[in-house]
Amino acid sequence: MKFYNITRALRSRLHSSWMLTALIFSLLLPVLLAIGLYLKSAPLLHDQHLFTLLFSKSWKPLSGHFGMYPFIISSLWVTVIALILAGPVCLLSAIHLTQYARPIVLKIMHPVIDILAGIPSVIFGVWGILVIVPFVGNYIGPLLGKHITGYSIFSGGMVLAVMIIPFILNILIEVFRTIPEELTEVTLSLGATRWMVVKHVLLKKAFPGIISAFSLGLSRAFGETIAVLMVVGNVTRIPTGALQPGYPLPALIANNYGEMLSIPRYDSALMFAALVLLVIVILFNIISRYMIHRVEKNI
Amino acid sequence: MNRLKIRKAEELFFRVIMFLATSVILLALCMIIFSILRKGLPALSWSMISQLPKGGFYFGKEGGILNAIMGSVYLAFGATFLAFLIGLPVALYINIHLHKRKKLVNGIRFMLDVMWGIPSIVYGAFGFTVMLYFGMRSSLLAGMLTVTLFIIPIMIRAIDEVLKTVPTGLLEATLSLGSTKSETAYKVYFKQGISGIVTALLLSFGRAIGDAASVLFTTGYTDNMPTSLLQPTATLPLAIFFQLSSPIAEVKERAYASAVILTLIILFISLVSRISSRHYHKHKIK
Repeated sequence: MKFYNITRALRSRLHSSWMLTALIFSLLLPVLLAIGLYLKSAPLLHDQHLFTLLFSKSWKPLSGHFGMYPFIISSLWVTVIALILAGPVCLLSAIHLTQYARPIVLKIMHPVIDILAGIPSVIFGVWGILVIVPFVGNYIGPLLGKHITGYSIFSGGMVLAVMIIPFILNILIEVFRTIPEELTEVTLSLGATRWMVVKHVLLKKAFPGIISAFSLGLSRAFGETIAVLMVVGNVTRIPTGALQPGYPLPALIANNYGEMLSIPRYDSALMFAALVLLVIVILFNIISRYMIHRVEKNI
Repeated sequence: MNRLKIRKAEELFFRVIMFLATSVILLALCMIIFSILRKGLPALSWSMISQLPKGGFYFGKEGGILNAIMGSVYLAFGATFLAFLIGLPVALYINIHLHKRKKLVNGIRFMLDVMWGIPSIVYGAFGFTVMLYFGMRSSLLAGMLTVTLFIIPIMIRAIDEVLKTVPTGLLEATLSLGSTKSETAYKVYFKQGISGIVTALLLSFGRAIGDAASVLFTTGYTDNMPTSLLQPTATLPLAIFFQLSSPIAEVKERAYASAVILTLIILFISLVSRISSRHYHKHKIK
């Protein structure tokens, strides 16, 4: 009997220590990522100044010039367009689903959001090539009097917008759900319409949460690779309009992994690009998650 | 009275555009699935699923993408299994052992959420540097490990979401009956959370099978069936990606057909997860 007890205690201790190890490993993961990528990009950072790398316009890997400015600007264009397209749709739909919709609508939309979130990005890319690129090339381009192929920043933004919709929508729904019902009920009982409640109470209370949801969507869009890569055109140039081709940062990394070992410092440059991506995304995430956390706590 | 009318009109206006916004989302999903199916189904054939690429496959000749399907399935199973080995203990630990330390647990959840946001291409690049460091070639194993890292946060948070709902009374009751914490974890909490655990497994599996950016650097690509962990292997998303960039029409058609296969796999997973979560929900102590 005593023996049995000892093994039970031992087993419990073994389990607990494995659990703790796994926990520490998982939490160290982002640190490991950052260190690994930093070590690999260190030779380049040693040679060239951080600001030259980030803000120089010349990208000539063969002669050792690794200015990432065109790619960073392209990334910004694509993500901002995606957010402009997806943001209002998500906000309106989240209000609809949390304040107005009948249960049946929720029952339909829940799986829809889940499935949309689960579709792999390469499928979004195929859809972009099949639908969005011809649409932009044949309708939007001529509408503005331009002859374009359709492989453009705007196409990338449109595909990205659909990809981040389920993500932003989920967070917004969660944010709106945390607003206590008494608050809206009191306003309704004072004779306000539903929409007035939304406008004057809900949106005000949830404002920081809405901004954070949008910025989380932005950071999600910033790191998307394959789908954008497939429709954005991939031309190394600083874009000046939404209908021009662009070359975002993740696409740069994904497109050049094949040749990066044959050109000196090229691998460092690409790993540096990955590091930049990691740092930006983590910063965005920390700030906006913290803001959401505050909203949920203060209500 | 006039003001009331304006208010009513404003309300109606916004209700309409809100309804439209929701419809747009629904329509977008339908359009994606419809356009993939319409383009891909005609090109889909049994030989696509059952054969390896033969000579001249990339010029539009005979063959299929069995290698990529199997590669993806192996990769996703392996990665999901490994991530489960790490994810389940972590989720149990923060809900049982750290039960009283609310602040710490919230901090951990916060970190995991942040990690969920890290793009898969960063994991891919990291996997690649580690691979080079150890002098490994691109292989099924390297891809599996990279994808494991990528889905660990997803796995933990998905299991955690369910374990969070297990009533505290259950923990106190089992402990007071003399069970150890690990027994409570694996015998009580595990069973209580089984519906969520199945969902978490399927969610992670879906992510693992569909992600292209993390395997781009690490698994390589080959026309052979994957037979060893240390050999490179083809994966379904990359098969779609590579075939689509070909200028030959037949090869492009096949890319669409491959996209149908991947889409159907993902839809199937999501269906199973819906059914199973309903099925297991019945046995839960509320």
